[in-house]
Amino acid sequence: MSGFVASLITLGFLAQVLRIAIPYVLAALGGTLSERAGVIDLALEAKLLMGAFAAAVLGYETGSIAIGIAGAAAAGVAVAAIQAFWSVRLGADQVVTGIALNLGAFGFTRYLLGVRYGQGANSPRFDGVGTGVLTNPISWIAAALVALVVVGLGQTRLGLRVRAVGERPDAVAAAGVSVARVRWLAVLIGGALAGVGGAQLSLPVDGFVAEASGGRGYVALAAVIMSGWRPGRAALWCLAFGLADAVQYRMQTHGVGLPAELTRLLPYVLALVLLAAWPRRVAPPRALGQPD
Amino acid sequence: MTGRARTIHLAVVALLATMAVGSVLMIVAGASPLHAWGQLLRQTLGERQGFGQVLFRATPLVFTGLAVAVPLRAGLFNIGGEGQLTAAALACAVVAAALPPGLPAPLAVLIATAVAFLAGAVVGAATGAMRIYRGAHEVIVAIGLNAIIAGVALWLGNRSLFVGESTRTATIPAAAQLPELGLAGSSASVSALGALGVAALVAWLLARTRVGFTWRMTGQGLDAARAAGLPVDRARVWAMTVAGGLAGLAGAHFVLGHKHAYEDGLGRGVGFLGIAVALLAQGQAMAIIGAALVFGVLGQGGLAISSDVPKEMVDVLQAVVVLVAAASLGRRKR
Amino acid sequence: MTAPALRVRASRRFGDCVALADAALEVAAGTVHALCGENGAGKSTLMRVVYGLERADAGVLELGERVDLARHDVAGAQARGVGMVHQHGMLVPTLTLADNAALGHEPVRGGRYDRAAAARALVAAAARLGQRLDPDALAGELTVGEQQRAELAMVAARATRLLILDEPTALLAPREVDALFAMVRAFAAGGGAVVLVTHKLDEVLAVADEVTVLRGGRTVASWSAEVTAAEIARAMIGGEPPPPATRPPPPRPDAAIGLAIDGLVVPGPRGGGVVDVTLRVAAGEVVGVAGVEGNGQRELALAIAGLAPVARGAVAVGGVDVTRAKVAARRARGLAHVPEDRHRHGLVQGASVADNVALGRLGEVGRGALIDRAAVAALTAQLIAAHDVRPADPSARVDALSGGNQQKLVVARELDRPGLRAVLAVHPTRGVDLAASARIHARLRDVAAAGAAVLLIAADLDELLALCHRVVVMYRGALVGELTGAALAAPDARARLGAWMVGATP
Repeated sequence: MSGFVASLITLGFLAQVLRIAIPYVLAALGGTLSERAGVIDLALEAKLLMGAFAAAVLGYETGSIAIGIAGAAAAGVAVAAIQAFWSVRLGADQVVTGIALNLGAFGFTRYLLGVRYGQGANSPRFDGVGTGVLTNPISWIAAALVALVVVGLGQTRLGLRVRAVGERPDAVAAAGVSVARVRWLAVLIGGALAGVGGAQLSLPVDGFVAEASGGRGYVALAAVIMSGWRPGRAALWCLAFGLADAVQYRMQTHGVGLPAELTRLLPYVLALVLLAAWPRRVAPPRALGQPD
Repeated sequence: MTGRARTIHLAVVALLATMAVGSVLMIVAGASPLHAWGQLLRQTLGERQGFGQVLFRATPLVFTGLAVAVPLRAGLFNIGGEGQLTAAALACAVVAAALPPGLPAPLAVLIATAVAFLAGAVVGAATGAMRIYRGAHEVIVAIGLNAIIAGVALWLGNRSLFVGESTRTATIPAAAQLPELGLAGSSASVSALGALGVAALVAWLLARTRVGFTWRMTGQGLDAARAAGLPVDRARVWAMTVAGGLAGLAGAHFVLGHKHAYEDGLGRGVGFLGIAVALLAQGQAMAIIGAALVFGVLGQGGLAISSDVPKEMVDVLQAVVVLVAAASLGRRKR
Repeated sequence: MTAPALRVRASRRFGDCVALADAALEVAAGTVHALCGENGAGKSTLMRVVYGLERADAGVLELGERVDLARHDVAGAQARGVGMVHQHGMLVPTLTLADNAALGHEPVRGGRYDRAAAARALVAAAARLGQRLDPDALAGELTVGEQQRAELAMVAARATRLLILDEPTALLAPREVDALFAMVRAFAAGGGAVVLVTHKLDEVLAVADEVTVLRGGRTVASWSAEVTAAEIARAMIGGEPPPPATRPPPPRPDAAIGLAIDGLVVPGPRGGGVVDVTLRVAAGEVVGVAGVEGNGQRELALAIAGLAPVARGAVAVGGVDVTRAKVAARRARGLAHVPEDRHRHGLVQGASVADNVALGRLGEVGRGALIDRAAVAALTAQLIAAHDVRPADPSARVDALSGGNQQKLVVARELDRPGLRAVLAVHPTRGVDLAASARIHARLRDVAAAGAAVLLIAADLDELLALCHRVVVMYRGALVGELTGAALAAPDARARLGAWMVGATP
């Protein structure tokens, strides 16, 4: 027990928390952008998964980490493009669209693994970015993106338009700004962020495993909601989920407390309890989920 | 468009999209679409055993499809079928195995089925209550509960319920086992008939009863239904409760009609597939039977051609159907 | 003669519904032009076409020069000096006034949006209209009147050629209307053109130089000289207007109290809501609640209906306290509710007429756990016939009905039922054509005459003065004045009510 507690106050533990939190953080930032523009982002799971898949497969096939990360962003954008076409252009039901994309990404990644490598469980292993935090380019990209999204949403022309379009799209249209264009941009940028977050699920562990996203997209969306759709706070909530995840790994390795089957559930339990109990003073974007 | 015309229109578009995307996936995998579709259909609809397997696969999809359809009509989305099914199947297997010997078969089946329904209903009620009384998004809650229930079930199994080193509970007594239909050695059991009956019951509930009316009005116009004095909050929690029970019946189907025990991973994916079934049927209870058969054919046929095309193709096609339904659920609903 | 500031002809269909059928309008520079018509006549659609918010299927547009309608958009309209203030306002509530003003024209410095520059520009624009406003105030925290003034400043700062005002007086007290019209005249005197979209004829006569009337998407009349209200009204309706509403007979002096509100406090958004309201409506009495929108009327109505939680005080229907009762219990006690927003609270838009009848009358058509479909059909047929709901098809979807017919259906379901004790009617004729309005007024009169207590919340003083035995004024959540009997019939009644609406003390 004392070994377990001691292991929590080490630099290594801090690095583990950050490493685990990165996919949550990037997905939540992407989700914040999309939802502030009025598009419900239940497709975060698909973006993480496709990002993880693209990073590992492209990294393995080309031997380039940079191409892997760029491919992850592109995969996230690809999912986001379908989402935007459905939500913005067709005016589809956004909850159902997101779930369709999540279900599709699970099948599609396994299908592609099967076609390319003859089995649907995982991609071939290769030298990824390792488990260090400072040596991992994704850490630095993530840190830069947090700052960029916070400043971008609050202090740029596009940010102002994104915030406006999620509340009163009719007012934005009346001001002579294309609602569809702003929404497309927000959803696509959000997709790129979540896709890069996905890369963190495969590159540090040297390969892609089927269902690597493991529900993180939904937890990230919970963080977005609890943050009141504010990117800085959403990132902080994601650190909390990363902490919960890291603690449960340590509990498993030190054999502390509950059995492994139950400690694994810690982030989910935390998300559910917080969703139910955390007081929400900020209303969601008024046009969230409305086609136009 | 009238409701019926719209349902047919959606089904046609969804099937065309499914065939198109499926053909592309076949070509990418190096198979000839013509040959692969031919095989897929021949080995499902073209022979008795294959058709029996289609019925076997469609049966739980009717239950999980209804479990999505009822809340959908009431304005909620139930993506918790996986957890509801798992909780129900485990409860059903444990209770059935503990039934006193000598209990007449109909009574044993009835008790085990009721337990499954109740266990699923409890999970559904929790999801609904979290949404209605705590304002937590039902999709996130249900995904969380799915994971939690899967973990708890595995823990309970490993701790005390699984037999020996297996991941399987004790076999239930013969009295609680549902007989097979005897379709050329297929796994189809009389639970298929149960599925038909339950679908008809839900259709009647929606069309003729006060609670069904309340669900429909709540789903189409929450504020107007509330202003007219309908108990919209209670009705929505009940919709999720009943939905959980319906998904639980799918668990009972696997335990009583097929595995005769609970196994780790039992019925995995069937809860999610229910979403595609319900959406393809536009939430219409009787149309769900047809939609479930479509996915029964795709699932069984996908297995039949899995040497040529990865069987996950079916998961992608399921998403295609849901996507098409999402587009038709959006603007036109208003 | 110089070219007109605006010349437009346009046609537009939405599905099966013809919104504009070659509607035409010509507005000279330096004039105020009133565009009149009933609800649904196409006034707003035509103006949205001019402003680039709505596509026209066919037509011609000139704004000083010929404009290609197929490629016309808001940015193009703004570039040609057109500005529009919309009926329901177009401010993003979560942004500041400066952010709202900048939207679409954001000043940028060093790659970032220059918020300070936007604020300076807005303050300067408001100052030119003689207004002072706080550019850092969140739009959603202002009253609707303040929002509208701010929006006018934003729009007027950019509009040089043409200013379009769509029903600008709906949210204003009479005094505020005078100030608005002074500003409109000043804008026209400076050489700009103004289109005033309205259905209020006294406003037309007070401020407009020219008048155009639309009916059913067509231009049916246009005057540039003197015209009477009666002529305009006949053109709008295409016939003789229905006779004005009449008051029901006064309640008996010993009449019981049908609806009692005691010390009611209902929290509202941004500290608004109902502060302290006590009001009694006798059986057979019609009491009107006047006031500028946003002074607590909505919260008052929702609390009586059982749709908003009450902080303090009590509501009683027919002598029975229902303060904590559910909606269904209130209805069973004999309370009827014609809600402010019939789309949201009145009818289930995607459901059939019959389902919507059953919705409010489950007590009569329910048989235990089941619903008696024959009873639903009989009741629906009876209500459709008695209230002239068109189309007379019980299976028609409600959203296929016109606004007037939807409202007739709500009124039929709510008022045409046994055991009626109290009626809460909120803006019952808003967005409804004159013929349907007349039927609704007659129906309210009849249920009062039959002994129901009627509480009528409306913004339109004409409606209140015609129907009510007593009118109270609501201001900042409280009742600030009351006129009854002879005082209500006196010529200065309108002026006194109007003064109370903006906070004058009696």
